[in-house]
Amino acid sequence: MNIPEDLLYTKEHEWIRIEGADICRMGITDHAQAALGDITFVDLPADGSDCGQFKQFAIVESVKAASDVFAPLSGTIVGSNTELTSNPELVNQSPYDKGWFCLIKFSDEKEKEKLFSPADYRKYLEETAH
Amino acid sequence: MSDKTTPLFEKHQDLGARCAPFAGWQMPIQYKGIIAEHEWTRSSCSVFDICHMGEFMVRGDKAAAGLVSILTASLENMNPGQCRYGFMLNERGGVIDDVVTYRLNEADWMLVVNAGTRAKDLDHLKAGLEAVKGVEIEDVSDRTGKIDVQGPVSLDVLTPHVDPPIVFLGYYTFIKTKFDGMDVIISRTGYTGELGYEIYCDSRDIVKIWKTLIADERVMPAGLGARDTLRLEMGYPLYGHELDEEHTPLEAGLERFLNWDKEFIGKPALLKQKAAKVREQLVCFACESRRSPRHGFELTAEGRRVGKVTSGSFSPSLGQGIGMGYVEEKFSADNTVLDIEGERFSLACRVRPRPFYGNGSARKKF
Repeated sequence: MNIPEDLLYTKEHEWIRIEGADICRMGITDHAQAALGDITFVDLPADGSDCGQFKQFAIVESVKAASDVFAPLSGTIVGSNTELTSNPELVNQSPYDKGWFCLIKFSDEKEKEKLFSPADYRKYLEETAH
Repeated sequence: MSDKTTPLFEKHQDLGARCAPFAGWQMPIQYKGIIAEHEWTRSSCSVFDICHMGEFMVRGDKAAAGLVSILTASLENMNPGQCRYGFMLNERGGVIDDVVTYRLNEADWMLVVNAGTRAKDLDHLKAGLEAVKGVEIEDVSDRTGKIDVQGPVSLDVLTPHVDPPIVFLGYYTFIKTKFDGMDVIISRTGYTGELGYEIYCDSRDIVKIWKTLIADERVMPAGLGARDTLRLEMGYPLYGHELDEEHTPLEAGLERFLNWDKEFIGKPALLKQKAAKVREQLVCFACESRRSPRHGFELTAEGRRVGKVTSGSFSPSLGQGIGMGYVEEKFSADNTVLDIEGERFSLACRVRPRPFYGNGSARKKF
């Protein structure tokens, strides 16, 4: 399972990459895309909308089911990956790069403390594997 | 109660299949991925483990007379070597199961039924056949293996292994033949819309047949996930979704599988419904986006609830969400706009004729 070292993670299998003083990029992890299977549709939040940490803010659909996606940090959406509209399979092919979901201007630096480091996320995956 | 497994379960695990419970069985849902398996079936050839389905043998000189009154299909004019799709109905005209009936000989029949309804089907058949003396019914499901071989090159894949040959089989016919020397029944039937065959064998031979088939580079295994998207693109009903004891074949738009020229269980109720016009009608509809409708979603029109989704998925061939559902009859005409109002989205859909996918090779002539 690919878990890049430069990202932070959530229990719901989202990742963030800090890209500025108050900007992060987010998406879903390699584990999440593999578990979902072929991704057929991604419903992303509109630019300018607000999101709350660990609150549902996007939906990802696979052939079999629809799943909620939760915001890793509170803030405002300042950009999203419009490529996913016509090519949602990018999430399967490149979950940490071309398959990113959106950019969040986050409002509370401290919320990062509630996220997993790569080592903790790996441990969490091992513990929750059946 | 733990789920049953088919004789191919270990093979599925070796292939890295993702398995899940289906109708009391632990079945492969996908191997490589549903979309890849779907596309492979439309373009080449896939094999599906369908051992979970049930097979009953019905024997006796009076078997035909007995079955005629229980099944809606025209059985009386069937020749040995033909198979036919139809229903077993309750007194209200509701569907107990959809069944493919094979006439093996003058007095020998095989009924292929769904896994989830096998026990109640057997009870219903036994009760119905009781009045006819000398008819024997046997559930041979546990010793019968079944593999579906589906796709435009399926005939080419099977031909080198099968003698007597199957090239002459027309749609919905079958022969007793040999696969690499093993006794099998092969019918030209399927659930994908593609040219395809269903192989029935002794369950002890099935691993050998499976291994032989997947060794062919034109063949890939496909799971129940792709089976579902393939059948949905054809608008084929699935028992428990489009068909159940609360809906009749008239409501499901499947009147062509009823033979009105005979008496059968449920016919009086259906005649009554036909005279009064159906209340609900099963429709196929396509969505205006890649978002998929899902089983259980409510369908609305004119600002109110007018029906319910029975099956829904992303269609790999069309690149959009498609579904089937029951709606009030007045909303069932082609091009009627229906809406799905989800908690977090709304989705516009349009009623359209079946099938969704029109380029299937199922009825190809040789």
